[in-house]
Amino acid sequence: MKLYCLSGHPTLPCNVLKFKSTTIMLDCGLDTTSVLNFLPLPLVHSPRLSKLPGWVSKDGTINLEKELKECAGRVFVDAQPEFCLPERELLDLSTIDVILISNYHCMMALPYITEHTGFTGTVYATEPTLQIGRLLMEELVNFMERVPKAQSATSWKNKEIQRMLPGPLKDAVDVWMWKRCYSMQEVNSALSKVQLVGYSQKVELFGAVQVSPLSSGYSLGSSNWIIQSHHEKVSYVSGSSLLTTHPQPMDQSSLKNSDVLILTGLTQMPTANPDGMLGEFCSNLAMTIRAGGNVLVPCYSSGVIYDLLECLYQFIESANLGTTPFYFISPIANSSLEFSQIFAEWLCHNKQTKVYLPEPPFPHAELIQTNKLKHYPSIHGDFSSEFRQPCVVFTGHPSLRFGDVVHFMELWGKSSLNTIIFTEPDFSYLDALAPYQPLAMKCVYCPIDTRLNFHQVSKLLKEVQPLHVVCPEQYTQPPLTQSHRSDLMLELQPPPMPYRRCSVLNLPFRRRYERIYILPECAVIVALT
Amino acid sequence: MPEIKVTPLGAGQDVGRSCILVSIGGKNIMLDCGMHMGYNDDRRFPDFSYITQNGRLTDFLDCLIISHFHLDHCGALPYMSEMVGYDGPIYMTHPTKAICPILLEDFRKITVDKKGETNFFTSQMIKDCMKKVIPLNLHQTVQVDDELEIKAYYAGHVLGAAMVHIKVGSESVVYTGDYNMTPDRHLGAAWIDKCRPDILISESTYATTIRDSKRCRERDFLKKVHESIERGGKVLIPVFALGRAQELCILLETFWERMNLKAPIYFSTGLTEKANHYYKLFITWTNQKIRKTFVQRNMFEFKHIKAFDRSYADNPGPMVVFATPGMLHAGQSLQIFKKWAGNEKNMVIMPGYCVQGTIGHKILNGQRKLEMEGRATLDVKLQVEYMSFSAHADAKGIMQLIRMAEPRNMLLVHGEAVKMEFLKGKIEQEFSIDCYMPANGETTTVTTNPSVPVDISLNLLKREMALGGPLPDPKKPRTMHGTLIMKENSLKLVSSEQALKELGLNEHQLRFTCHVQLQDPHSDADTLHRIYTHLKSVLKGYTIQHLPDGTVIVESIVIKVSSSAEDSNTKVLLLSWSYQEVLNILKRSK
Repeated sequence: MKLYCLSGHPTLPCNVLKFKSTTIMLDCGLDTTSVLNFLPLPLVHSPRLSKLPGWVSKDGTINLEKELKECAGRVFVDAQPEFCLPERELLDLSTIDVILISNYHCMMALPYITEHTGFTGTVYATEPTLQIGRLLMEELVNFMERVPKAQSATSWKNKEIQRMLPGPLKDAVDVWMWKRCYSMQEVNSALSKVQLVGYSQKVELFGAVQVSPLSSGYSLGSSNWIIQSHHEKVSYVSGSSLLTTHPQPMDQSSLKNSDVLILTGLTQMPTANPDGMLGEFCSNLAMTIRAGGNVLVPCYSSGVIYDLLECLYQFIESANLGTTPFYFISPIANSSLEFSQIFAEWLCHNKQTKVYLPEPPFPHAELIQTNKLKHYPSIHGDFSSEFRQPCVVFTGHPSLRFGDVVHFMELWGKSSLNTIIFTEPDFSYLDALAPYQPLAMKCVYCPIDTRLNFHQVSKLLKEVQPLHVVCPEQYTQPPLTQSHRSDLMLELQPPPMPYRRCSVLNLPFRRRYERIYILPECAVIVALT
Repeated sequence: MPEIKVTPLGAGQDVGRSCILVSIGGKNIMLDCGMHMGYNDDRRFPDFSYITQNGRLTDFLDCLIISHFHLDHCGALPYMSEMVGYDGPIYMTHPTKAICPILLEDFRKITVDKKGETNFFTSQMIKDCMKKVIPLNLHQTVQVDDELEIKAYYAGHVLGAAMVHIKVGSESVVYTGDYNMTPDRHLGAAWIDKCRPDILISESTYATTIRDSKRCRERDFLKKVHESIERGGKVLIPVFALGRAQELCILLETFWERMNLKAPIYFSTGLTEKANHYYKLFITWTNQKIRKTFVQRNMFEFKHIKAFDRSYADNPGPMVVFATPGMLHAGQSLQIFKKWAGNEKNMVIMPGYCVQGTIGHKILNGQRKLEMEGRATLDVKLQVEYMSFSAHADAKGIMQLIRMAEPRNMLLVHGEAVKMEFLKGKIEQEFSIDCYMPANGETTTVTTNPSVPVDISLNLLKREMALGGPLPDPKKPRTMHGTLIMKENSLKLVSSEQALKELGLNEHQLRFTCHVQLQDPHSDADTLHRIYTHLKSVLKGYTIQHLPDGTVIVESIVIKVSSSAEDSNTKVLLLSWSYQEVLNILKRSK
């Protein structure tokens, strides 16, 4: 039994498990941090961004004026942003039988895998994962297609040339693998291969293997997976949370008795307490509004935003923000808010009880009804006429490279009254801000990552006692910047098996038995003798 | 041979009071716990004394599963759990769990507050009973205990209706509850995978009907309503608050919009608005079209349909009123009916099935003079129309489900005996499986034939493969040797060495021996050597060894030589071989 590791990103995994002659892909994460190397895509013509000088090497031998632009002391690629795909050469993707998705953030590379590779298998995901995943893909495509950029940049990717470029472009890896965003047609085709599953549903694969999703407590419909035969059991833990937020709590006990536990998607912010961050978020927001400034929250259109809105719902009155307009701008804002209300089965107990009354499980329904929260598909149209300041704007994309957020950066960046509050942990906020420097706007970093931290995970592992643990190599050593924090790594006995991009691991199994069936006629004879 | 037993306590050759007991693999399961709308006495509830005379039901039942929120499927629930006494798990889907207590409370109010009955369950009992409910998700495998597992499938019929697959080991039963094989305006069609249950217990309300297309019925319905309105009549549509009501509302809403009609449509108060909220929040349980468009336009927000007030019934002019309950046996629908029955311009449309004993049933059978409470009689002059909108599978649908699930046996409930008989014949003919239709209190027993799971040692398998090539090869059956161990309720097939080790037994070898006497003047050692050289020359292709301890071994046959005590020229050859060797030799000689 082998594990092929196609992604090096610990929270956006993509692994392939060969188990009992079935080939199972575990998640399909798309590493979007590559977009930080690109110039922002402005929705409205930006004189500043359109007049940037092209880049020529100091000695003048390399001239890439058309592809690379100098901005705020850094060099950016001037083309449609590209993503770093999972490795496609390590094994033949057409041999994959099934893809198991753990949550909607971990499926964004799906069209790259299922389309144009000869893939003929089935994708398994829960209904919220599919619906919200579809929305997030739609949003991504929309962000790109709204601001078409015909030109593509490839010369800088030449190894000889890339070597000469200034950092961080120089150090970017696998740039030849980077790809532009997929089209809506590819998204639809990819998602048509999804088969819906419910928690604890037992899905038989070819009669050889049984897979089953378990609640992981991280987001709506998020799941861990059990992959087992009669005598072997692999648990795949990806993006789990023990905090009480909106999703159904994590199912821990079903992970017991695993031969191998593959552990991915731990918190990216092991030192930031989500509750503390939420408090800081609220107080910074209130302070800015009181001083007459605007607040910009670059965020994903589903997930933590539901918790932020719920927190604000309780906070607005006490902080005297009753008249402040809250805007949520995204092509999928309305859908995301509506969809969140219809997944009662996938919510925590408190929210389920509300549905029984019947009331909407999330209080943002009331915020919308009382006109405190308004949502728009984009800054164009109704929003421009109804927009009042000071206000709070939730909008994407958190990388600040595309989406409506680019416009607000250009609009509000020059005033020190305004504040940008980062809540998503996926991007370094300094890198995200780089092309907008110098900024007068206040920047607050409150990353909220509810996934398991090292303390929680070691407790969990003690509880479920897997024989072996496999994890990204990042988890087997303390973070680079905090090398003395040995509490920020996994210490286990036996030590975890680390993997990195392109690793192929032999999984240790001690198989002793296999299941067969005796025909009833034969069993009668056995019983008689 | 193991058996599965099914006993209906209700719904056996009858519609109403669904309650079916199943015994499978040593587990007892109750399916549904309904009440009969046609009775006001003891016959209203299932006869739980069948299970136990005195003692709590908890000791006899492993779990109770409710298929959907209609009272003929869940109406006896608080009576059973709180008054008879049952503390075990009760399973139902989320929408059923949400809506069931509301209907129970509604029903309680009508029975206790309006009719003044005593000895009935209280509001608190409904609440206590609902606390014992564990919600089920579709397709989730719920482990009731180590051996019993249940899984719910979508059944259509009403919001949250489920079919359930019950499995113990390799034996299984599917219970359909009420289901619908064609999608309607608000719900999808029932679906189940090819789970091949030992018994499929199916409802058979419309066992003999093959209904015409839904479109025709809808057109008929709209035409009748429209005509009545045109001539200034009032239309009463008795419904249950949830289910058909929403489908017909969607139908009328779109019709009113298209025809630009002005006559008011009312929906009896209270429950309705709430009901529509349930539909909005559980939209994932509706049909695909509604789910797909709900963000843009929620089908359950009605523009033309307004809340009804009792005083409106006397308003002049045409109107359409949806009122509960659906069989005209009590409540608001009955009140309005009494008011409007005397005018032939008015119309009542019965959109669903009515059980015997209800006024709905009587007027559908053409009765024109009704005896009301207190000896008063009521002349029924208004038009009575029946439109089968209730979402049950018809004969075609039932056959379709059998094709989907491929059961080994079929069992019909929730239907009338005569109609069942007809369908039973059809099923037996078309699928060549046995079909049963037990009456209430009658037990059907089905013998099952499950395979026995065994864990085979991988070492043993590998050894077999090394000996005779990969396993299994369907074209070449072959014998393999192993030992079957039964331990802690599980079976293992291992090599005999391992079996001995695990069981702590000494190995006893069975060997065959014989003595051969021959005359040879040489020393013992020489004789042996001569035998050795002779065998070597004769038996080509066998392993023959001459060991220093004075033995010759041919494969596993041991040969020793000793001299007779009397005569040193008479040599005694000792031969010894194991019984396996006999087999080997036999094999080779073939």
